[in-house]
Amino acid sequence: MTPEENFMRKIENEEKIEPKDWMPDEYRKNLIRQISQHAHSEVIGMQPEGNWITRAPSLRRKAVLLSKVQDEAGHGLYLYSACETLGISRSEMIEQLQSGKAKYSSIFNYPTLTWADVGAIGWLVDGAAIVNQVSLQRTSYGPYSRGMIRICKEESFHQRQGYEAILALAKGSEGQKAMAQDALNRFYWPALMMFGPHDSESAHSAKSMTWKIKRETNDDLRQKFVDQTVKQIEVLGLEHPDKNIKWNEERGHYDSSDLNWDEFWSVINGNGHCNRQRIEHHVAAHDEGEWVRDAITAYNEKKRAKSAQNAA
Amino acid sequence: MTNITEKLELFEVFVRSKRGLDHKHVGSLHAEDHEQALEYARDCYTRRSEGVSIWVVKSSDICSSQEDDADCFYDPSDDKPYRHATYYVLPDPVNNM
Ligand SMILES: [Fe+2]
Ligand SMILES: [Fe+2]
Ligand SMILES: [Fe+2]
Repeated sequence: MTPEENFMRKIENEEKIEPKDWMPDEYRKNLIRQISQHAHSEVIGMQPEGNWITRAPSLRRKAVLLSKVQDEAGHGLYLYSACETLGISRSEMIEQLQSGKAKYSSIFNYPTLTWADVGAIGWLVDGAAIVNQVSLQRTSYGPYSRGMIRICKEESFHQRQGYEAILALAKGSEGQKAMAQDALNRFYWPALMMFGPHDSESAHSAKSMTWKIKRETNDDLRQKFVDQTVKQIEVLGLEHPDKNIKWNEERGHYDSSDLNWDEFWSVINGNGHCNRQRIEHHVAAHDEGEWVRDAITAYNEKKRAKSAQNAA
Repeated sequence: MTNITEKLELFEVFVRSKRGLDHKHVGSLHAEDHEQALEYARDCYTRRSEGVSIWVVKSSDICSSQEDDADCFYDPSDDKPYRHATYYVLPDPVNNM
């Protein structure tokens, strides 16, 4: 059996690929692209919500939001570490993010204008991420799969706190309800775009499915999200942003409007409201942290020198 | 007479029972070096094909928290029940999220 055949045998038998196994170059590249993009999304995703930490409406909401954003930093770390097992370094990944060579989810290029947006993000954005991540628990690469399992355990809290926050507004005063509706209207469509282009337009989809990096197609995952969200909007007593949403008995799914793909590509290609701000903020935070990294290295060197001296 | 185990290093053994699962700590053994530890681990811990991959780590290289310190180590998490999904009470029809 050639290494390639052995690799495909494992994939077909639902066995995971582990870091030291032989794997095709393209498989490795595909994984590095997807996992690093996922890691960058977790990290950049802290910004739109972080924007509201100091202005949360109560101490309780503030503590919850802080915990949630802290989790996202942790998710970034799990994913960067999983990606490093493929032979790319952390600094290479950060360089690719900052230079624009690597992407992150375009949803984080939308601004958070009101407190209701924080609720909408937890509910819809984390909700969409969960649909995707549940599916990725079965991805063929071991470290990625284990990372997803860990992350999924933490995500449920994210979605529930978001829904709880927006529910409070939806059941509140007229003004609060309008704020919730507005947040839903703005975040619903970009949340659907998180699943990526139609399968027919997706550059990496076919190969990723054969290699079981992805287990379900963009359109199937999006449909799941559309279906589960209908009831959630109803319970809030808000209006569904999609006027064409309609149960299709035959398909057993909701039919819905097609998305504004021009907007999708435009945001991906750098023209969203916040693309520049997000990267600038990341660069600034990274540069401001330089002295901490330097201090750690200096301290380690000092310790090493000391123990070498003691040994001599 | 010195005990031979005093001259040998202690290694901790971790076995991955199936592809896709984490390596799990199964026990420890004495060996002269990593290679030997790996062979002993195979003979000791995977005689019935319990694993597809073994890690051996020098016990002295493991830095661990102390259970006696658990209180102050984990205490900051105890007053944060809102980190748990069950903390949020949602209406029944949407409670499955
Ligand atoms: Fe996350
Ligand atoms: Fe999250
Ligand atoms: Fe995520």
